[in-house]
Amino acid sequence: MPYLSLVIWIPVLGGLAVFAAARIPKLDVRWVALFFAVLVFGLSIPLYTGFDIHTAAMQFTEKLPWIPVYHVNYFLGVDGIAMPFILLTTFTTVLVVLAGWKVIQYRLGQYLAAFLIMEGLMNGVFASLNAMLFYLFWEAMLIPMFLIIGIWGGPRRIYAAIKFFLYTFIGSVLMLVAFIWLYLHSGSFNIIDFSYLHIAPTAQILLFLAFFMAFAVKVPMVPVHTWLPDAHVEAPTGGSVILAALLLKMGAYGFLRFSLPVTPWASMRLQWLMIGLSLVAIIYIGLVALMQKDMKKLIAYSSITQMGFVTLGFFTVFMIWANTHSLDAGRLAIEGGLVQMISHGLISGALFLCVGVLYDRMHTRAIDEYGGVINTMPKFGYFFLFFALANAGLPFTSGFVGEFMVTLGVFHANFWIAALAAVALITAASYSLWLVKRVIFGKVANDRVAALKVMSPREILILALLVLPTLLIGIYPEIILRVMHASVTHLLLQVVPAAMG
Amino acid sequence: MPLTVIDYIAALPQIFLLGMICVLLMLAVFVKNGRDELLHYGSLGILGALAIITGELLRGHSIIAFNGMLIQDAMGDVLMLFAYAITAAIFVYARGYLKDRNLLSGEFYVLTLLALLGAMIVIQGYNLITLYMGVELMALSLYTLVALSREDARASEAAMKFFILGAISSGTLLFGMSLIYGLTGTLNIGILGAKLAATPAPGLGVWIGLGFVVVSMAFELGAVPFHMWVPDVYEGAPSSMAIFVGSVPKLAGFAFFIRLLAEGLGDLHGGWLWLLTALAVGSLFIGAVVAIAQTNIKRMLAYSTINHAGFILLGILAGTAEGYRAAMFYVIAYVIMFAGAFGIIMLLSRVGFDVENIEDLRGLNERSPWFALVMLMIMFSMAGVPPFLGFFAKVEVIKAVLDINMIWLAVFAVAMAVIAAFYYLRIIRLMYFDRADPDAPGIIAAPDFKLLLSVNGLVVLGLGIFPGGLLALSKAVIGF
Repeated sequence: MPYLSLVIWIPVLGGLAVFAAARIPKLDVRWVALFFAVLVFGLSIPLYTGFDIHTAAMQFTEKLPWIPVYHVNYFLGVDGIAMPFILLTTFTTVLVVLAGWKVIQYRLGQYLAAFLIMEGLMNGVFASLNAMLFYLFWEAMLIPMFLIIGIWGGPRRIYAAIKFFLYTFIGSVLMLVAFIWLYLHSGSFNIIDFSYLHIAPTAQILLFLAFFMAFAVKVPMVPVHTWLPDAHVEAPTGGSVILAALLLKMGAYGFLRFSLPVTPWASMRLQWLMIGLSLVAIIYIGLVALMQKDMKKLIAYSSITQMGFVTLGFFTVFMIWANTHSLDAGRLAIEGGLVQMISHGLISGALFLCVGVLYDRMHTRAIDEYGGVINTMPKFGYFFLFFALANAGLPFTSGFVGEFMVTLGVFHANFWIAALAAVALITAASYSLWLVKRVIFGKVANDRVAALKVMSPREILILALLVLPTLLIGIYPEIILRVMHASVTHLLLQVVPAAMG
Repeated sequence: MPLTVIDYIAALPQIFLLGMICVLLMLAVFVKNGRDELLHYGSLGILGALAIITGELLRGHSIIAFNGMLIQDAMGDVLMLFAYAITAAIFVYARGYLKDRNLLSGEFYVLTLLALLGAMIVIQGYNLITLYMGVELMALSLYTLVALSREDARASEAAMKFFILGAISSGTLLFGMSLIYGLTGTLNIGILGAKLAATPAPGLGVWIGLGFVVVSMAFELGAVPFHMWVPDVYEGAPSSMAIFVGSVPKLAGFAFFIRLLAEGLGDLHGGWLWLLTALAVGSLFIGAVVAIAQTNIKRMLAYSTINHAGFILLGILAGTAEGYRAAMFYVIAYVIMFAGAFGIIMLLSRVGFDVENIEDLRGLNERSPWFALVMLMIMFSMAGVPPFLGFFAKVEVIKAVLDINMIWLAVFAVAMAVIAAFYYLRIIRLMYFDRADPDAPGIIAAPDFKLLLSVNGLVVLGLGIFPGGLLALSKAVIGF
């Protein structure tokens, strides 16, 4: 079965069906959308169960001619780096469809259609092995996200949507120029072919910077992160979840798929830049998060620090290799980054959903309007506490595994970098716990909090669905690490010698 | 050399169209006001017949006819086929619009077809005189078309501006051509190319002639700094005329560039490369930045045209077969998108109301989700966002520019595309993010109009997902 094509195109067709079905009276499009979301999640499971963990080669490949004149193929395939993100995408979309169940009143059909179409496009990003196809999905995905923020967002949604679009667009077009340059020099848009190209140092630096523009905006790294808090705050809950859980991951994925393999030498030469910016994100943005008055903004800034760990792990591999000459430590750093990405996808998604639960009741996200929520919504309080602690890196949650692995790996690179990164564990604990203290614990702050209704079964279901994988990865991380080992080792064997010469 | 039947066959589309225009003109005299079916379907029938004739003539090799006055080749035939299709679409789009304004008359059809004839002569012209004649025939018909709305002061003003600037442009064209003729001794494009190839260093006069010719061509395409007429004409002319002014002449303008610069003056590439680079840089910049300040949607689209002209020039200036193909792909993509955008404008206009301001699109998603989606696709396509047609058009020209190692120009072009994206996003924002005026009237249009506009939008999407066919076509017809 062409599972990859199915998980790309069924959601897109489902989205179109929902868009069209919205005109039919008496038909509840929510069930149609849920049907497609669950179906696609089901179709993505064989990608995990059928995955061969012993090879770094691309699996589930599909290759069809697409634009024959330029030898551009519709070329899909996943390795251990990409596959987990497809599962994350299909899983998150189910939650997002559920999360919008009662909340969205305006143009519900279009809302659900946008999310389903976006699911397909995001799967396409992770599954593409052809740069043109990759770019097509990468850019096309902006369209539904732009509409989601702009149509169903908060008061400053228009500003946030346009800022989001232009920021990501300007980064992407430079990547497009890089792709075309690579095509003209390699004669193919095949991503795997790019990495076997011997590129002169100056060209590598320019290519690296072009990729950096595209991916750093998406991750986002300081100083091009400013779109994220705006987009997060203004987006509807579902949009925030997708942004945090998946869109940010694409930037980091791009670093692994393009920057490191295609421009290894430049990646090594510019590692100081990447490490420096990652540390700034981890420490400075961590402090910024501490200061936030808006819950969504706080989580948005926390996302930036968490993603700082990811990029830190990815770009310290050269230093780790120089110090240890062993693959294991480097693998630790990269796999740590990957686990961190998945874990952050789950946890930040959960936190945004928690904020959504509160927002739907009180229509405010200001932290100081809450207090003592646990008195009126005890179950919600436990969920919120759990995810906040996971965000701070509580052992036995997935949040711990990623941060721990990255920090451990970075220790092999440089003690001081690791020490600085470890400081972030404290800031993460501070802002997460302080948030919990102010919102959940304490006396009931006001009448509106006292009047809060307990969680509906639907809301409990959504959050419970997220608790499971968070604990599972925290207790037995091998469940996702096992699919990554071969691919990450292959990546390191390819990148490190190429960079060191 | 005496003319043979081959010569007449090569020019059959033009001859046929001229004959039919005369018939139509006679017919228009006897058709009563308000009985326009005959004219409308007759014109569409003429275009259909033309398509069949041109399709029959379409083959791999080229024929030079009338002692080197005309060339019939695959590139010209394909461009003409697209010109017919767009003209037919314009007839469908314009019918209701013109009827509402009491402008639907035989003159509209006759003049539009005459302009098309001029464009066809340019597309197949292989001699400086033929090219000039084609340009003039097209231009004179366009001036009259713009002025057709006699009582409308703005239309008259636009026509006047268009005419005066166009006359200057014709003057420079003629002057440049006469310099080139005087110094090379030939008017024939093929011989001109051969002579220049044999001359190691052409004299200053030829360069000056080249400069004048390029000025006139830049005017035709609406490239900066010869772009001033574009916004005024789009704004002043009725939408049904502006849509023609902005579409078919661009196809002819592209052919004009290819015939004269690539085929005739190809050896002077080192010179016109920089002229065109300057024009492209200016057009990209002005087209992107000035459009942001526009509140009139037609003026905004005019600057969008100027921006697109910059991209088309990027392909041509590369001076390679890939570049010409890219430019051809771009010009075809542009014409399709442009027709769709003006189609939406005419869809929303009604009796006594013309869509003028971008505000008029406010809340379109609530009034008609489907046509809002069509406009969304066209706008994203113009911005160069995949999976729409405009994306591959931009990819192709950027590829051509990178191929000649002008990386800075490619980066500049994409940066301008990002700036331009802002104003396309603004349209989408108005359609989707803002609520409609509660007493906005429903959208009324003829079924064929709605169908065609839907098809137009779907073509933008379909050719964006499967651009292979159009790419292969442009590769097949430009093979030097």
